[in-house]
Amino acid sequence: MNLADRDAGTEARRGVMALCTAATADELARALVGLGAPEAEDLRAPEIGLVMATGRIGGDGRPFNLGEVSVTRAAVRLADGRTGFAYHLGRDRCRARQAAILDALWQGDRAGVEAALAPVARRQAAEQAAEARRIAATRVDFLTLARGED
Amino acid sequence: MYVAVKGGEAAIDNAHRLLAEVRRGDPAVPELTVAQIREQMALLVDRVMAEGSLNDPDLAALALKQARGDVVEAVFLVRAFRTTLPRFGASVPLDTGAMALRRRVSATFKDLPGGQVLGPTFDYTHRLVDFALAEDGAPETVAEAEPREDAAATPRVTDLLGRDGLIEPSPQDDGTPLPDITREPVDYPCDRATRLQALARGDEGFILALGYSTQRGYGRTHPFVGEIRVGTVEVEFVPEELGFPVPLGTVQVTECQMVNQFKGSRAVPPQFTRGYGLVFGQSERKAMAMALVDRALRAGELGEPLASPAQDQEFVLAHCDSLQATGFVEHLKLPHYVDFQAELELVRRLRAEFEAGREAAE
Repeated sequence: MNLADRDAGTEARRGVMALCTAATADELARALVGLGAPEAEDLRAPEIGLVMATGRIGGDGRPFNLGEVSVTRAAVRLADGRTGFAYHLGRDRCRARQAAILDALWQGDRAGVEAALAPVARRQAAEQAAEARRIAATRVDFLTLARGED
Repeated sequence: MYVAVKGGEAAIDNAHRLLAEVRRGDPAVPELTVAQIREQMALLVDRVMAEGSLNDPDLAALALKQARGDVVEAVFLVRAFRTTLPRFGASVPLDTGAMALRRRVSATFKDLPGGQVLGPTFDYTHRLVDFALAEDGAPETVAEAEPREDAAATPRVTDLLGRDGLIEPSPQDDGTPLPDITREPVDYPCDRATRLQALARGDEGFILALGYSTQRGYGRTHPFVGEIRVGTVEVEFVPEELGFPVPLGTVQVTECQMVNQFKGSRAVPPQFTRGYGLVFGQSERKAMAMALVDRALRAGELGEPLASPAQDQEFVLAHCDSLQATGFVEHLKLPHYVDFQAELELVRRLRAEFEAGREAAE
């Protein structure tokens, strides 16, 4: 599937999912408290597994297996029947379950969930900007010198 | 034939308890935490993730703690752990072109679109031991600068050369199923995807030595570093129940595009050829050596004479895995009493026959 085929709703959902992968367990817990800490039942208890990460030969060619990444997945259902899913790098079952609840909530209350996660987005943006500034200071301009014997 | 032995349970149990005590070291010295290993021995953790073929920094750090810092033992622990887990599937191929760059250098072009950034590197350090590190202390404040406007777009060097047809294109995705050496034994000769999977998890020292051997003339490929980039990429996976690529989080990888000397024919004008390296974590040495060996292993495809170890698929792939190598080497220290008894009897018989023959001759 390429980007053009995906609708705006899916893109927004992916955005929230990405934000949850970058959030700490505390941040997700705070967001859930802000949203009334709803009860959820497990559709699938949080489970740790693997995803084979693939790369492309030359960066843009035929795929190959780079190696696996550990992943925790969770699936939940809210009292009103909405379901939510999460797949996160790492082995933190609690975070994955929190993210699955936020995914379920988002499907009924986009603005509310996005507002609850706004502090995470702000922290992430600030960290990325600071990192970009530190990296930018190491940008190098090499000069070619004429060789003495030439 | 290997014949097993029994017994020794109490001694083995006590040896492992002793190991645990020795692992801890002097109890007067504070115990290392997993987070300390992850944060301050980051390149060692990266190596265990790359060769363990499992990206999980906390797990690799814990494995290193358990293994007393022995890389191959830590790789063993990580590989053993992965066998206990189900596999949910394969990721969408990582887009290294969209990498959030921490480092990007080229040895072929000094003025790259998007610029070169050194990032955190040992390059250009004086390699003098810094005795100040023996004491606690905060590092110097990090310099900052406003990123230049062009920094957002960083095309691959190979794409720049490719526009003019000066370099061969990457092999196209033909949709055939990916071979996976963790599921199927390797059949030789094998394709490039299989080789890259083996090299990506191969022992850094072995791959480095093979790459070096090509530079010294054993399968020379005239390499230039087109580009090395280190940074983070998003991993995406399409779960069946969702049907769209779900972002899982980011991993750090190192990519090396090696640009090698030409190949052409009556039908095709001369163009640069390529070797490719990609590994988990920050490891330029491994990514560069991998790219050198990848290119050397393409000798047959490019019509080059096959005369050197680095060009020999079976030699490289069958011996590059540190865990397989250590397993077969180290099994020699396990009890082989029955085998050796058989050898002893054989050598005694041969000696008796030898003596009998000599006496008959006298």
